[in-house]
Amino acid sequence: MNVNQDTRNLFRQGAATAWPICLGYFPLGLALGVLAQKAGIPWWAVAMMSILVFAGSAQFICVAMLSAGASAPAIILTTFFINLRHVLMSSALAVHLQGVSRRFLAVFSYGITDESFAANMTRFREGDWDRWRALVVNHLANSAWILATVFGTLVGQFVPQGAMGIDYALTGMFLGLLAFQLKGRIHLLTGLLAAALSVAWYVMIPGNSYIVGASMSAATAGYLLKRRREKHR
Amino acid sequence: MSFVDYLFLFAGMGAVTYLPRALPLLYLAHRRMPQWLIEWLGLIPVAILSALVAPLLFADAAARNVALGKLELLVAVPTLLFAVKTRSLGGTVLVGMVLYWVGGMMI
Repeated sequence: MNVNQDTRNLFRQGAATAWPICLGYFPLGLALGVLAQKAGIPWWAVAMMSILVFAGSAQFICVAMLSAGASAPAIILTTFFINLRHVLMSSALAVHLQGVSRRFLAVFSYGITDESFAANMTRFREGDWDRWRALVVNHLANSAWILATVFGTLVGQFVPQGAMGIDYALTGMFLGLLAFQLKGRIHLLTGLLAAALSVAWYVMIPGNSYIVGASMSAATAGYLLKRRREKHR
Repeated sequence: MSFVDYLFLFAGMGAVTYLPRALPLLYLAHRRMPQWLIEWLGLIPVAILSALVAPLLFADAAARNVALGKLELLVAVPTLLFAVKTRSLGGTVLVGMVLYWVGGMMI
């Protein structure tokens, strides 16, 4: 096998994992673009935001806050709290990226999103994965996101609301990624507990602390349960 | 807003997004992680995805209260089964979208 063929394989396998994410990002990006266009944000600003921030939910909230006349510091602070959950994902990825050069990690970190994280973690766990393929996934997803958001600002006004189940793209993507994580009883229990805690937290406490709060609590409970089971064996 | 206004806003948002993504990885990838941390972090993906998706299915976003029987939840059951059976993420996204679209027209 020569170097060229290796590179081609790398991209082929990266793309095979990334395309469903791109498919899900497209309607989301389109929706964001439409909202941005309605809020009077020009396409080049949307492109700049998708490149510099690359975080779907924070970008949606930014558009909403801009239309409501919020100040830049308020938007930046909100973004910080929404994206704090990535601390957990970044830590979990470190298990599979031990000893990798800091320069690579600095580039790789840019592309850590809910979706690329879940897809890469599944592949890493299955064992046939490496950091370069993971990087391809991150950057293909990023490109799709940038294109979709800009495309949305330019043509979004012609897309009828709710067409083709666009609103379900993100939920569907989360459900698929979740299904791949359900391997064994401990994972299933952890998932169920996280769901229950998250809904309760979401209903009772304003803001979005429910994501980090529920997932850390459920993972801790799942871990303790696993330890107890191992001790009794 | 001018170009510079947008640049400052998005650069600020970018910085507070990038740092939580980069710092744990940069720190932990060059340390020996204790076994308990590795095992705990192994449960983070399933926990975080569940925590992200559950309120979309079981709660009303505007009123922020528990809402059972949402179309989102009804569609989620076959979508999740499809995902478990086929293990295809692209197919799952498509199935979910189509069911939600069709379901929305029937209600």
